[in-house]
Amino acid sequence: MGLAKRIIPCLDVDQGRVVKGVQFEDIRDAGDPVEVSRRYNQEGADEITFLDITASHENRATTYETVSRMASEVFIPLTVGGGVRNTDNIRDLLLAGADKVSINTAAVFEPELVKKAAEKFGSQCIVVAIDAKQVEQGRWEIFTHGGRKPTGLDAVEWAVRMVSYGAGEILLTSMDRDGTRDGFDLGLTRSVADAVTVPVIASGGVGHLNHLVDGVVQGHAEAVLAASIFHFAQYTIGEAKEVMAAAGIEVRL
Amino acid sequence: MTQTVAVIDYGSGNLHSVAKAVEHAGQCRVLVTADVKEIQSADRVVLPGVGAMGDCMQGLKERGLDLVVLGVIQEKPLMGVCVGMQILTESGEESAGVDALGVFPGQITQFSKSMKNPKGEALKVPHMGWNEVGQRQHPMWTGIADRTRFYFVHSYRYADATAECVVGTCEYGAPFAAALSKPNVFAVQFHPEKSHDAGIQLYRNFLTWDGTC
Repeated sequence: MGLAKRIIPCLDVDQGRVVKGVQFEDIRDAGDPVEVSRRYNQEGADEITFLDITASHENRATTYETVSRMASEVFIPLTVGGGVRNTDNIRDLLLAGADKVSINTAAVFEPELVKKAAEKFGSQCIVVAIDAKQVEQGRWEIFTHGGRKPTGLDAVEWAVRMVSYGAGEILLTSMDRDGTRDGFDLGLTRSVADAVTVPVIASGGVGHLNHLVDGVVQGHAEAVLAASIFHFAQYTIGEAKEVMAAAGIEVRL
Repeated sequence: MTQTVAVIDYGSGNLHSVAKAVEHAGQCRVLVTADVKEIQSADRVVLPGVGAMGDCMQGLKERGLDLVVLGVIQEKPLMGVCVGMQILTESGEESAGVDALGVFPGQITQFSKSMKNPKGEALKVPHMGWNEVGQRQHPMWTGIADRTRFYFVHSYRYADATAECVVGTCEYGAPFAAALSKPNVFAVQFHPEKSHDAGIQLYRNFLTWDGTC
């Protein structure tokens, strides 16, 4: 027995409410983030990820307060991302109670930010979020701004570079699969997970619990992230862990 | 009279979670502080720490708190957490060598980059996530089952899992120490404040621990 694979429910938060869209568009309300995270904590979630999805282009005034309330009640690791542009943003989120901060768009435009942040706060709290789309067989590129803007960067090369800059973890989302419920892009997940020395969290596309198993067994992910299957009580975290354990995956029960 | 717990604030990141978890664990007043008098007059002390050992030692020394910590453990219980455990050893190999407080013998060294699990797959570093802690007899484990999982995140570890001061062990590639203890000192590599119910129970035990091993 050893380290457990992690199940991470993700809260996409828009102006203080948990929402979940299909391919980042059609958005549905799923409740108060503190309430929702308390439920996941009780169900046995291994961590919680909080993504301020409108933060890249809208006001994020409520985020710090929400993070602080979550961190006062939920005693499992909390990753916060969305609209993180500089080391001041990172420091403010860490002080509000985030354990890890996820950098996405800003890393693409200013890769040195990852280096600076890792030196200043430690790699253990710096997650680089990668949103990738397949551009040809076996090749994926980075997209920013919720999947709207292409960058021309190769996803696997980018992940390796981000780790060399000090990223402690990679949160890898397939923009082709996000919201589709068709399962992770396993080719993408495996290509990145096998290329880097840090943990990779697979994200984007979970529609049923066997997809979580696939992400670990076939995708080689250390952790699996899902949103809508948990928000709308389709499955509990406990059910997800039972399915993973039955497939021979070590989980925290 | 409500007891006071001082969480030492020496510039090592966010102490919000540690303070909230201790408050959540039982009746006590928690002070997040760098004030020598407040630390010395508290009933119990928590020494947290994240990031690099060298930075943590520097932060402690700049505030004159290295000697305060060594004084505190002569008198009352202290709990070290994560790098707060690591700096209680003699030294660390990161940043070309760091002299630490020397409360426990031994050194903190880096996980090997070429570790494999029993299936032969490469192990990721940092060691991040929930891993099982094997217990040796100690009052701080009261109410916590042997091999309960706690949340770890670290790239360096106390590798000598058989040392006399080790009261909890973990395995990642090879065994390492998850908990060290001696009279008045209990120190853990994992994060109790991120380890859900088991972590809160550990802080609860700390609030009533008499300092004996």
